Amino acid sequence: MSEPTVRAIERLDLLTAETSEGAQELQRREFTKPSELGREIGAVLLANDLHIDPTQVDLERRDDETMIINMGPSHPSTHGVLRLMLELDGEYVLRCKPVIGYLHTGMEKTGEELSYIQGATNVTRMDYLSPVINELNYSLAVEKLLGIEVPERAVWIRMLMSELNRVSSHLVWMATNGMDLGSTSMMIYGLRERELILAFFEKTAGLRMNLNFVRPGGVAADLPDGWQDDVQVICDTILERTYEYDQLLTGQPIFRQRMIGVAPITAEEALALSVTGPVLRSTGVPWDLRRTMPYLAYDKVEFDVIVGTYGDNFDRYSIRLNEIRESIRIVRQCVDMMPRGDYRSQDPKVTPPPRARIGESMEALIHHFKLFTEGFHVPVGEVYSAVESPRGEIGCYIVSDGGAKPYRLHVRGPSFVNLQAIALLMRGGSVSDAITTISTIDPVLGEVDR
Amino acid sequence: MAPPGVVTGDGLAADLCCFPTREQYFALVRSFKNDAFEMCIDVCGVDYLLHMDRPVPEGIVATRFEVVTNLLSLSKRQRVRIRVQAGNDEPEVTSLFELYPGVEAMEREVFDLMGILFSGHPDLTRILMPEDWEGHPLRKDYGAGNVPVQFKEAPGPR
Repeated sequence: MSEPTVRAIERLDLLTAETSEGAQELQRREFTKPSELGREIGAVLLANDLHIDPTQVDLERRDDETMIINMGPSHPSTHGVLRLMLELDGEYVLRCKPVIGYLHTGMEKTGEELSYIQGATNVTRMDYLSPVINELNYSLAVEKLLGIEVPERAVWIRMLMSELNRVSSHLVWMATNGMDLGSTSMMIYGLRERELILAFFEKTAGLRMNLNFVRPGGVAADLPDGWQDDVQVICDTILERTYEYDQLLTGQPIFRQRMIGVAPITAEEALALSVTGPVLRSTGVPWDLRRTMPYLAYDKVEFDVIVGTYGDNFDRYSIRLNEIRESIRIVRQCVDMMPRGDYRSQDPKVTPPPRARIGESMEALIHHFKLFTEGFHVPVGEVYSAVESPRGEIGCYIVSDGGAKPYRLHVRGPSFVNLQAIALLMRGGSVSDAITTISTIDPVLGEVDR
Repeated sequence: MAPPGVVTGDGLAADLCCFPTREQYFALVRSFKNDAFEMCIDVCGVDYLLHMDRPVPEGIVATRFEVVTNLLSLSKRQRVRIRVQAGNDEPEVTSLFELYPGVEAMEREVFDLMGILFSGHPDLTRILMPEDWEGHPLRKDYGAGNVPVQFKEAPGPR
């Protein structure tokens, strides 16, 4: 039984092998350019008009007073494989630099090898907590290139599913945020509520995550029988439970002390850093693409855009909690206003013939075969389209060369961009606040690294 | 709107699409920034090696690399897309970091995956790929699947 140990000692080089990300890492101060140092301490607006003055950066601090440590890549509070390099003075964070790429799987490159029909299965794996919204974003971009309209019912099904997905994503956030602050019961409650939504997803699309439900041309399937009752139960239960979260967290003195006034960001800084989503709204900027640049039928439903005031952790928490309630409001309106009709476009160019026709018609069989092997051709052009994901603006830039595969597929991941604000938010805070701050930025590393 | 001298065209799902030269690029973005485009929402690069005959407006010499910048105006609720021809062999454009500090990570991503240089960027290093990686994977001549996977302990070609 002792053999493995012996082998490990023989290969000592494996045990001592160093991994280094070189210049991507946080360096000691004497090796860092002033402009880079400014960024690591979060001096955003200095870079705007002013020249970064080295005297404004605390260069005097001697290196033996501070310590550079790694948080991550495998740390339970970094929500995946995020690696933060922190320069600490005792308990306080002086500089911070995120080192990412540990989950990079080349999904944009993969997207160039998949046809437009297969593409939805690829993008849905990027932000794995909001798969429907990823697919929606991709499908809207492809539909804009194709110039096709989807039927009214498909639009409303998409809206229903994306709002349910927003609720489930925010619930996971509530759960992990509670966990990061030491409230382990919140972890269980959040995932328990999310389970209701995932069960409904399974009933509708056959899968719980990575649904491949929203596709170019419509959605994959109609809603199941009795879906109104299911959705009603989900809405009632979760809405009631959000008030229990209020009792558990919102009014809780320890929770409030850990959240209020911690890691503030101003609107000016958030705009300069291209930060979107709840982090931007927490600074008081009422920017929600569902309201400001409506897509689907968001201009036909009533909901409020939740904004904060101080841009601190507590504002970001309250925005997400209240967005759950607003999403439930939208879901209820979707149930009331769901039109009848087709759930996918009847344009034969993008939609395969119905299953029953394939058995009786040779042409239908050929059509089906062609569509799923070769795919459909998309006119030459390029498009950028964006939707509001739970984390901010998720955008999709597609270049088509007229073939059946995208020539270039680029996804603007909101977590990737929002992560830049982390150096600013962490400056001066303690390490325990750093964990809360990572949590309230809400990065999904699948989307950061793609 | 775009200053005189910059070629514009129609952009699908954008209010305006501009085709500046590399020299006009920074000044154009600055004029948009002063014109209430508060946010640079996205920067991405495209390698047009296999699609050089793409449609571009008259007067634009299409190059192999293109940098596509999407600006967003919150107050006007408008989007502008800027497609700058970045060059053929040694693509390089000016970094927008001075105007929008938020492009830092996005430009690093374009450099890392596409190999386009951004002059004036404070820390132009790889961001997603490992530090010792060779090549830029999103280039069309990168040859996915043809090279052994480059990990430190990887065996030789099978």
